[in-house]
Amino acid sequence: MSVLSAFAVLIDGLVYAAYLFIVAIGLTLIFGVMKILNVAHGSFFTFGAYGAASAVGIYFNRGLPDAGGYLLMVLFAMALGLVLGLILERGIMRWVYGRDEVVMVLVTYAAFLILEDVVILVWGPGSYATYQPLLAAGNIEIGELVVSNYDLGLIAAAAVLAAIYYWALKFTRYGRLLTAVIFDRETAAAFGINVRVVYTVTFVIGAMLGALGGAIMAPKIAVTLGIGVEVIVLAFAVVAIGGMGSIEGALAGALIVGICRAATVHLVPQVELFVIYAVMALVLMIRPYGLFVRAQPRKI
Amino acid sequence: MARRDRIAAGSAFVAAAAAAFVLPDWMISLATIALANGLVVLGLIVMWRAGLVSFGQALYYCMGGYAVALLGRWAGVTDAFLLVLVGGLSAAVVSFLVGFLLARYREIFFAMLSLALSMILYGLLVKTESLGSTDGLNVIVPTFLGYAPHREKLLVALYLLVVVVCAAAALLTHAYFRSLAGALAIPVRDNEIRVEFLGMSVSRLIHTKLVISGMLAGIGGALAALAVGHVDPNMSYWTTSGEFVFITILAGAGSVGAAFVGSLAFESVRSFAFAMLPQLWQMLLGSVLLLTILFLPQGLGSLIKRLHWGRGAKAP
Repeated sequence: MSVLSAFAVLIDGLVYAAYLFIVAIGLTLIFGVMKILNVAHGSFFTFGAYGAASAVGIYFNRGLPDAGGYLLMVLFAMALGLVLGLILERGIMRWVYGRDEVVMVLVTYAAFLILEDVVILVWGPGSYATYQPLLAAGNIEIGELVVSNYDLGLIAAAAVLAAIYYWALKFTRYGRLLTAVIFDRETAAAFGINVRVVYTVTFVIGAMLGALGGAIMAPKIAVTLGIGVEVIVLAFAVVAIGGMGSIEGALAGALIVGICRAATVHLVPQVELFVIYAVMALVLMIRPYGLFVRAQPRKI
Repeated sequence: MARRDRIAAGSAFVAAAAAAFVLPDWMISLATIALANGLVVLGLIVMWRAGLVSFGQALYYCMGGYAVALLGRWAGVTDAFLLVLVGGLSAAVVSFLVGFLLARYREIFFAMLSLALSMILYGLLVKTESLGSTDGLNVIVPTFLGYAPHREKLLVALYLLVVVVCAAAALLTHAYFRSLAGALAIPVRDNEIRVEFLGMSVSRLIHTKLVISGMLAGIGGALAALAVGHVDPNMSYWTTSGEFVFITILAGAGSVGAAFVGSLAFESVRSFAFAMLPQLWQMLLGSVLLLTILFLPQGLGSLIKRLHWGRGAKAP
């Protein structure tokens, strides 16, 4: 492998990892705090992507400054995530807290199925092209390689998000409450933390992050029906590799999957899809709970 | 089996077989697919009783289907019995091998790992040109021990085959539930460490259940492939597994028959919803699933039991 293609693999891998990280972070947050494997995360992604597509359709091609378009895209998607998260948490999830983890997966799966059709009702069955932000960002030449500025921005966005997340968790009041709930819900409740409120806030933040992932990815994909279906299994794979509920895990998982995928796309394109899940199975074989989570002792 | 249950099972079998000569074609083909999928659901019930939910049952379903397609294409085998047998066995072999890994996992981790494994097969199939890639493969027209029916007769013959296979599977699974290994499923779900203290190997019990459910899913996939006449990688996608889990929740794990009743109900609701509300059928399915979880946590089967209780019948 020449230096150029190694560099290309690295850039591609980082871009893909950034995307995966942004999508996976909301999923792992909700799992860490609430122990819910949220299939409806795919719906948040879809709504974010469609919301961003609508925002782009309204804003761009009007001669307004481009920066406002990016802002509108992100804000619109996150507002959608906020509303959707609140509706789901207040309307459905709170009725099933305390049930079996697997039952909760099925509840979110039901929500996912319902929301898939809500998307058709709101935006229709057609697909949206949202390439304007990608074009507006332009390209940069690094050596002989042409890289889109948007892709580099994606990497930066993921890094900023990881930093904010880390800061919020370690150095803010709410973050510390959250850490307590993650560590032991019952003890946290006994110390007077209002776990219900923490749950609602966490779910809404997770939903907003999912929608943000959709918005950021919208210009790079065709926004069409069924995008959430694929995203959700990818995010599962990333989160499972890193360890569910662990933020460092999501970062490591995203990097591993991103680089592996980029390498196979360049070297053996036949196994592209296969490699992600093979890596996941391999990691789980060696570390059943993922890379960054300690094994739980069995309780009698 | 209680006498009443035996009579009920026998008359259900006779009614199902007799239906082949009464019902219109479209209902027969719908019932064929529904019953074939019911076998997969039966396999999920086997695991559900031990507290395990597999989100990757499509792996075995797809294995069964592709085994049939490839055997017909490469070896020219057309006998339906042989094809279904090989489909079930190949899935059983896969689940046996995978079982060494899967039997160590529980709860959500089990669900996720099984999902990953089925997605590996999906990824392989999509990228393999010689296996038809995303287009999939056509399945040969089956014969039945030398008898080679066409059109309507083929439809009826396949339906009868599915009914017979389902009846056999239901009987054997029922017998398994009443055996020691089968009866231990519920203690394993409740507290597996206690089961180990009794001197049983929990991982071996679960491994057995994995193979049984894998084989049932493989047979279901083989029958579905024969009925549809085509296989494609979507048989292995996670949404296919999700559908099977959905039916399991709908049916409840109460009894063997629930798998088939649930599958028939699901297939009917789906084709009804698909015809009447093509844009809203997923919403309908999702709502049904949600309502079932919220208000009928034991599945539709529990409704029947409640009726029995109401009439003062013996507790099951």
